[in-house]
Amino acid sequence: MNCRSEVLEVTVEARQVEEAMLALLHTILLHRSTGKFHYKKEGTYSIGTVGTLDIDCDFIDFTFVRVSSEELDRMIRKAVSEFKEALSNSGSDGIGQISLEFYQKKKSRWPFSDECIPWEVWSIKVNVVNLANEQERQICREKVGEKLGEKVINVVEVINRHEYLPKMPTQSEVDNVFDTSLKDVQPYLYKITYQITDCLGTSVSTTMRRLIKDTLAL
Amino acid sequence: MDSELSPQDKKDLDKFIKFFALKTVQVIVQARLGEKICTRSSSSPTGSDWFNLGIKDIPEVTHEAKKALAGQLPGIGRSMCVEISLKTSEGDSMELETWCLEMNEKCDKDIKVSYTVYNRLSVLLKSLLAITRVTPAYKLSRKQGHDYVILYRIYFGEVQLSGLGEGFQTVRVGVVGTPIGTVTLSCAYRTNLAFMSNRQFERSAPIMGIIVDHFVDPPCSSQRPANMGQPCNYRAPDEEDGGQFAGVQDSQEVCNTSFSTSPPSQVLHTGKEGGVVLVPAQPPQGADTHLTVEHAPNTPGSSGEDDGLSQSGEGRRDDRRSVSPSDPVESLNAFTRKVGAFVNKPNTQMTIASLDLPFAAFAPRGLDTEENDPMVHPPESPPCLSPLQGSLHSEGSEGSGPQDDFVMVDFRPAFSKDDLLPMDLGTFYREFQNPPQLASLSLHISSQSMADDLDSLPEKLAVYEKNIDEFDAFVDMLQ
Repeated sequence: MNCRSEVLEVTVEARQVEEAMLALLHTILLHRSTGKFHYKKEGTYSIGTVGTLDIDCDFIDFTFVRVSSEELDRMIRKAVSEFKEALSNSGSDGIGQISLEFYQKKKSRWPFSDECIPWEVWSIKVNVVNLANEQERQICREKVGEKLGEKVINVVEVINRHEYLPKMPTQSEVDNVFDTSLKDVQPYLYKITYQITDCLGTSVSTTMRRLIKDTLAL
Repeated sequence: MDSELSPQDKKDLDKFIKFFALKTVQVIVQARLGEKICTRSSSSPTGSDWFNLGIKDIPEVTHEAKKALAGQLPGIGRSMCVEISLKTSEGDSMELETWCLEMNEKCDKDIKVSYTVYNRLSVLLKSLLAITRVTPAYKLSRKQGHDYVILYRIYFGEVQLSGLGEGFQTVRVGVVGTPIGTVTLSCAYRTNLAFMSNRQFERSAPIMGIIVDHFVDPPCSSQRPANMGQPCNYRAPDEEDGGQFAGVQDSQEVCNTSFSTSPPSQVLHTGKEGGVVLVPAQPPQGADTHLTVEHAPNTPGSSGEDDGLSQSGEGRRDDRRSVSPSDPVESLNAFTRKVGAFVNKPNTQMTIASLDLPFAAFAPRGLDTEENDPMVHPPESPPCLSPLQGSLHSEGSEGSGPQDDFVMVDFRPAFSKDDLLPMDLGTFYREFQNPPQLASLSLHISSQSMADDLDSLPEKLAVYEKNIDEFDAFVDMLQ
């Protein structure tokens, strides 16, 4: 099937990267998480409750809603902070992209390993700017808040098109569709990856690939 | 059309739409309460959480919503609208946004009601949660309190957007197709907040006298005109407004020992029946104010704020009470003594040289005797009269020391207020007319210390020379 792909782009100051990423990733995950499934004998299931939590950003004039799950929050924060580290180590001109991919597992027969088939990918492109003085920073706080609001509206618009979603699985298949490892909520299976572009505009990974190819060509 | 829908499905669908409408109202109003919302996830289904979301039900809001719906459901041509408006302390009001839950004729016959429609309505509610934090009214509602409050009004029928001013924007939250029509949720919000910027936010903090609950009515809506809307805050139905007022009075009495540096910034919230505490996440105003013991009784109080907040507020108030003088006037009266001829108001003559606090006149004295009173025993100071002193003295002062016992009847310095505290400025003048000589300036003492210094100089130099390496190392470290 075709994988739905959405790209969001934001321009932020270095100290706003973390909160901006958390805001967008959590907004997406809020829509892509359900309560825990409890399967009953007749093949039906009931669903737990998803709580929500308002989070005020410190460096951006913005408040976002996330799922009330500390485990999920920890995992997202970990990924975002790795991304932030990589971005700051790349130099001040760094442009980066963090991707949230929802996938389904397809069991393959031995000896092949399970396939991961993405059905929705959200890519958030980040441009980091440096600001000279406090006044500019204050304006940036407000502007980035407004931009994030627009991005949230974009996310909601895409999600409410109600396009492809994996079928609700039977009990034996549930781990192929949902991440059942958390104890209070159940997001769709997801993975977060990122990519940093150095200031020459080429991504580090493509440079490495080129080097290896060139070496092998000799 | 309906014949294709089974009776059970129709029944389920109606129920879903009804509860979706009620939950929509709850989400919108709770997002405008001015506080952060937090609900817990629960892995075991409770059966009462509609759409598998932890959305609390504020009874008053449910009551209003049911009243507006009057047994009907949102349908084609019958929209349910939640209007959010702002009302200032001066009585001006302005519509900020209108949320509309509508139904159109576009049907989706093939969709499964009990499964797909239900899940999509759940996703739509999540979208509503996200979008309610994004529209401009959210930030305004987080700052509501003394200057303005946010009100909500629920109505059913035709959508009215004329109150939103020119250039209002619309954001669509989402749609869900059902076999009987498509449910649409959207928000139209005002963009022209010019009225606000000119009037509201340039005002300085209001003076004492505005009670925070002035324009917050009790939950009973009969006291409020139908078009005004309910306030977006919540108090338990059994609380009397008298409780609020009592709080104001208490704080005024206690203000003897406390001083509020800023007006309360939040409308009071107290816990609701379900155990959800909608208390603002700010410390009580009292927590920030620094306790100084002596203050006038009419300072702006943290009016009514201490009431609903935690126990610590109560404890603090009690502490203050025990420290403060119970009645400043009493302590003044106890302190009369003879100062001189023509003196009829003892409070204008007091000189409390030892205290330099504002309103020091109210200090619990009791211990000041005539012995220590500089009025009776002036300090040993050279009799130099500054021109200022000369002008202040009313009679017989040339050549005599400023601490003249028989002068200064009703001393009223220029610009001092002619009410409770005339002595404030007067006291200041008195105190600082004759400051004691600086010890180092007196020749006798200064020459002595200079001589000592000179004597000890060779010793000091010897010590420094011995430790010269240490000093060098220190300087290197600094570089």
